[in-house]
Amino acid sequence: MFMFEKAIVGSRRYWVWILCLGAIILAGFLCYLRQLAHGLAITGLSRDVTWGLYIAQFTFFVGVAASAVMVVLPYYLHDYKQFGRITILGEFLAVGAVTMCMLFIFVDMGQPSRVLNVMRYPTPWSLMFWDMVSLGGYLVLNALISLVMLSSERKGVSPPHWIKPIIILSIPWAVSIHTVTAFLYSGLPGRTFWMTAVLAPRFLASAFAAGPALLILLCLILRKVAGFDAGREAIHQLGIIVTYAMVVNVFLVAMEFFTAFYSRIPEHLEHFRYVFLGLDGNYHLAPWMWLSAVLALAALALLLVPGWRNSPRLLPVACVFVFVSLWLDKGLGLIVGGFTPSPLGAVTTYTPTLPEATIVLGVWAIGALMITVFYKIALSVREAH
Amino acid sequence: MRDRPAIFAGLIVFVGLFTFPLWYGHAAKTSAAAPDIKLPAQEKQCVAPLNYMRDSHMQLLVDWREQVVRENQRQFTAYNGKVYDKSLTRTCLEQCHTNKAEFCDRCHSYAGVSGPYCWDCHVEKQLTARSAP
Amino acid sequence: MKITRKHFLQLSGLGLLAVVGKKAVRAITGAAETAAPVASRGKTTHRLGMVIDLAKCRQEKGCDACAKACNAAHNIPQFADRAHEVKWIWNQPFETVFPLVQTDYTRQAYAGSPIPLLCNHCANPPCVRVCPTQATWKREDDGIVMMDWHRCIGCRYCMAACPYGSRSFNWQDPRPAIASLNPDFPTRTKGVVEKCNFCEERLARGQRPACVEACKDKALVFGDLADPNSEPRQLLRARFALQREPELGTSPSVYYLV
Repeated sequence: MFMFEKAIVGSRRYWVWILCLGAIILAGFLCYLRQLAHGLAITGLSRDVTWGLYIAQFTFFVGVAASAVMVVLPYYLHDYKQFGRITILGEFLAVGAVTMCMLFIFVDMGQPSRVLNVMRYPTPWSLMFWDMVSLGGYLVLNALISLVMLSSERKGVSPPHWIKPIIILSIPWAVSIHTVTAFLYSGLPGRTFWMTAVLAPRFLASAFAAGPALLILLCLILRKVAGFDAGREAIHQLGIIVTYAMVVNVFLVAMEFFTAFYSRIPEHLEHFRYVFLGLDGNYHLAPWMWLSAVLALAALALLLVPGWRNSPRLLPVACVFVFVSLWLDKGLGLIVGGFTPSPLGAVTTYTPTLPEATIVLGVWAIGALMITVFYKIALSVREAH
Repeated sequence: MRDRPAIFAGLIVFVGLFTFPLWYGHAAKTSAAAPDIKLPAQEKQCVAPLNYMRDSHMQLLVDWREQVVRENQRQFTAYNGKVYDKSLTRTCLEQCHTNKAEFCDRCHSYAGVSGPYCWDCHVEKQLTARSAP
Repeated sequence: MKITRKHFLQLSGLGLLAVVGKKAVRAITGAAETAAPVASRGKTTHRLGMVIDLAKCRQEKGCDACAKACNAAHNIPQFADRAHEVKWIWNQPFETVFPLVQTDYTRQAYAGSPIPLLCNHCANPPCVRVCPTQATWKREDDGIVMMDWHRCIGCRYCMAACPYGSRSFNWQDPRPAIASLNPDFPTRTKGVVEKCNFCEERLARGQRPACVEACKDKALVFGDLADPNSEPRQLLRARFALQREPELGTSPSVYYLV
């Protein structure tokens, strides 16, 4: 039923990739065992900066998971046939990304064995409860959709009629998972860096830029390693989606700068100062944020010129720039910047430790493994047709 | 027919390995008939009947925990009318079961129960005597 | 009577859904019952709070008797690494606590003065709002913001939500860092968040909080803010008091007499 037999037949290159991922997963797992034994002290987190790389990755990959809607909506709601070959890839990407999100939350917890307390003692006024509900629901939705659509394709029949409303449901649900994640941050009274109405729109815009950018890169990789052709029109359209989303995202970030710097309210300003210029001799984060800004502008330049956007050499470069820029901004800058300076004005540096980074790599590798296996199955089913 | 000895030999080895946990304890004389727990000298009545305590002392302790921590209900009226403080350390251990190792731990290790993580946080009296540096 | 496999699976699915649905409904409504604190039972609601007299607190240089008493009473670990420190009550200079109260022309004798900081036990606590398991909640009958270390999953959302930096996390096992254990109070384990609990275990025994008792200059005044004749209320009527960041709407129960 799950067609896993298609994933265990592959070329030598395929198996080397799988083994490499397995080794990284093992390394991450061993580091996690150490974290279970000693506690989160093995990370670079502190009393002032209590969330770091783990939660930052969760925040970023929720966006990637939500971005599946950018291929699902045009194809299922507006009959945009050109996306026909890649909707399954978008849905599988969502499954892998949501699983990574849940794993990142899990490895961040101080008492992971008690994680089910969130379900045992439901707390409707807590956004984290709704986050678990929405992420779990989205995982189930996309797993079901992917399974049903791929099974139908394999059997050569049209999908059952009841899957259509479920696919339509996944569209607002995708928007909701990232809105709920933004609400985790934007309702906290003491954190002025996050306390902005524009945080949820910003999250969605950066999601709809980073996700399709990753999907384009994955399609190009699949063309190279598996001879899969997503279709020139589909890639071009995805490129346009990335462009518009990136424009909106950069615009919203510029709006944030305006309100902070024009109002000159110290509580707002100091976080931006720390993140871009450093405070109290602490400019750890600044080079990364400047890199993010430079990459974002370079990506915009490449994307806004149609000749460059449609160039097979430059589009992947633009996509990498978009992805890395947004990863730095949303993944690192947003979280650490929100905590620094602390409520009492302290500037504490956050540097991820090696075990912490290994655990992050391990979870990335799990996501990559899932996507590899899923894509292998999908392409094998397609080839058989 | 020729294989019969080999088959039976293999069968006997397999059964022996399979039932290893059952007979090893007896052979090495490590399994006791029952845990040798030391009962309190003075008090003969616990906060609840013996049968209930034997089956459900864990549930009682969890209920006490929830009631003390979350509802600030600190007094427990036992089945015999006596009122106790709902506290494992101050009621159970201080007043009666003064030696945790000879009472609680004996049954727990016999039954292979590693569950109670109460002692990760709650402090046994003996620990204060040999304080950490 | 023949039943097709498809129908059998559909019936089983519906049956399972019914069972799970019933359990879910019971969990949600049942949990709401147990989660809500016990009703006041006819007692008037109190609001425990503290008034800190900064004039008295400055009298002895380098004094941290309140912090020492709290640390001893509650087995608070002392870590050398500032990143992992655990503190329930501690001192910080005036400028870091009330950075916007002073301006260039109004810097006074308070410059550098130590301010005792602790959980404010807000009337409208953001930490309680965000906790996904209700491991922290506000007690109905006396307003103390409580911690249940058995339920805390260590997500640290409450630490992000607290605008005052009052909460600490156990990044590692605290026991090796505790000099001498107080057997009357548990230590905590790694992976849970902790903060000042207004000595609720001492209040239950009719004692005052450890910090209040330890202050020789009687700078910490503890009492029922809902009672207009309590000592804190009398002080608040007599002199002007500051709260930390009142504009955030948290309504702290800790006041500072300047």
